[in-house]
Amino acid sequence: MHALIQGIILGVLTAGVYALMASGQTLIFGIMKVVNLAQGAMVILGAYLSYQLFTSFGIDPLLSIPLTTIAMFVLGVAVEVLFLRPLRREDRSELSLLVTFAVALLLEGIMSVTWKTTVRSTNTGYANSSWTVFGYQITLVRLWAFLLSIAALGVLYLLLNRTRFGRAIRATVQNPESARLLGVEASRVSALGFGLGAATAAAAGSVYGLLYPFNSGSHYDLISRLLSIVLLGGLGSIGGAVVGALVVSTSSAIVASAISPSWSEMTFFVILLLVLLIRPQGLFGTTARGAI
Amino acid sequence: MTAARYLGPAKGIAFFAILASLPSFNIAHWVLNIAVFTLMYAVMSSSWNLVGGFAGYPSLGHAAFFGIGAYGTALWFQHHAITSGYEPFELLPLIGILAALLGLPVAMIAMRTRSDVFAIVTITLLFVTQTLAFNLRSLTHGAQGLSIAVAPFSARTYERPFYYVLLLLLALAMGISLGAMRSKLGLSLAAVRADEDKARGIGVRTFGVKLLSFSISVGLTAMVGGIWAYYEGFIYPQFAIDPLVTIAIVLMTFLGGRATLWGPVLGAFILETAQQTLAYSLGGSQFYLIAYAMVFLLVMLLMPRGIVPSIQAGLRRRRRKAAVDAAGSQGNAADTKDRGVRSTLSTVKGSA
Repeated sequence: MHALIQGIILGVLTAGVYALMASGQTLIFGIMKVVNLAQGAMVILGAYLSYQLFTSFGIDPLLSIPLTTIAMFVLGVAVEVLFLRPLRREDRSELSLLVTFAVALLLEGIMSVTWKTTVRSTNTGYANSSWTVFGYQITLVRLWAFLLSIAALGVLYLLLNRTRFGRAIRATVQNPESARLLGVEASRVSALGFGLGAATAAAAGSVYGLLYPFNSGSHYDLISRLLSIVLLGGLGSIGGAVVGALVVSTSSAIVASAISPSWSEMTFFVILLLVLLIRPQGLFGTTARGAI
Repeated sequence: MTAARYLGPAKGIAFFAILASLPSFNIAHWVLNIAVFTLMYAVMSSSWNLVGGFAGYPSLGHAAFFGIGAYGTALWFQHHAITSGYEPFELLPLIGILAALLGLPVAMIAMRTRSDVFAIVTITLLFVTQTLAFNLRSLTHGAQGLSIAVAPFSARTYERPFYYVLLLLLALAMGISLGAMRSKLGLSLAAVRADEDKARGIGVRTFGVKLLSFSISVGLTAMVGGIWAYYEGFIYPQFAIDPLVTIAIVLMTFLGGRATLWGPVLGAFILETAQQTLAYSLGGSQFYLIAYAMVFLLVMLLMPRGIVPSIQAGLRRRRRKAAVDAAGSQGNAADTKDRGVRSTLSTVKGSA
């Protein structure tokens, strides 16, 4: 029982960072109908950037987030304009899978040339301090990571619901044709939306680097988790991404503590397949647009 | 007209004759080694094309079945001796049939979704299979991997049996593709690709043809996996079930041209040789990954429809132009009129 509750606590605390990554990915899908396979690589790039800022200039990852998000926002816009915009509309959904995978490989190559393939981690002064509450251990760094992810998600929420740009994005997600008729410029929304997705990846990456060791190949693990989270929640639904992250990370933490860590990966794939068997569109997804 | 009718079979016979005579030219081992890998990918992209090209279901899970074939062979020969060296090849039909049967329930689940969601579901299956290969240690020995006895072929002609079996498999895969293209199956698959709901509405058995194409496709892929395991002699989970294998297959098919007979083969011949050469020249260093990704991106952006369809479109355009010219020389009046229109157009363009 103790192990179970400890697993749930751990799972909920880790869910924050996954929710952040997945919300960027599901946002990109919502706007452009593009499944971004480079999201994991972008997260790792964000982790490397804040690692570099920490080791060279001593800037705490929590403070470097504004810098890395702005840099990655620009990168995301560049990727959309250079590689995704030229694709023709009719075969965009299939080709964009391959193009974003190629971007992931490109980023992986660049990262492994720049930082080599040795495993890195951002070790802050508070990395190992922890509290014990009612016999359950809560590490400070995980709590920080959780709060930070929630804060970043809050910023994303405000951006989408309280600004003109956010309204344009939500209009495009709901109905691209009508949004265009009402004067929303689709190509601009796509570029900025992809940038926003990359920016959330950067924020998540800074947090991820605090929690886990990583190298340039880590994005394969990340992308498989992210895909199952966004599919579980329903592609295009940010709320779904948060719920999906909670389900995935608590279930794998419980399995890891109750059975064995080597089976925790397997758990959420099985959950995903079961959910898809009953609801092919995911928990909060809609059946629109021929994807299902 | 009659010449055109024999062009297709002639092309096929010439292609296979050249490939079959290749090993007898006493070429270097490393070249034949590349040829073996190229044939593996040619078979796999041809069979991927059945699902991803003809039916329009972009599976990213084929590497899982490649791995199942590889583990099938490796596991069988943990308990059975290899004497003549040809037993692993004799086992291949069985592996193909078992993998095809296994593909049926998988397709039943996965093919409830379409396009990009289908791609994600299948890549999830790939990761599940990889995790199983790592974790079922009593069966697969986990990360330690499995080894297969070295084939008792003479070192001088070691690659040849693998090469010829793969060539046979390529003929089979292309034969199935051709058969599908010429039959009702291909027509049904094309209808599924164009508009599945409408196809079902007019009475196409969409569910059946989807399942059939998926299971044939993964059966062939598993057979290649079996040959690969025997050729390599050692298999590890991360190489036997590798997302990069899937991506390579998909990329080759896209490069050559989806839903064409020769496209996937052409794509495999170009990309696999390029990749092997890149790996040789930039070997080890991570620049190889960057170079590969750049090639990848250029292909996707410059030739989104693939080589074969682009050439076909070009030929059609030329033929049409030739027909117009022939008609033009007969009636000069029409020709001058046409030229008049064209010059007006160019002046309009010039002034604008």
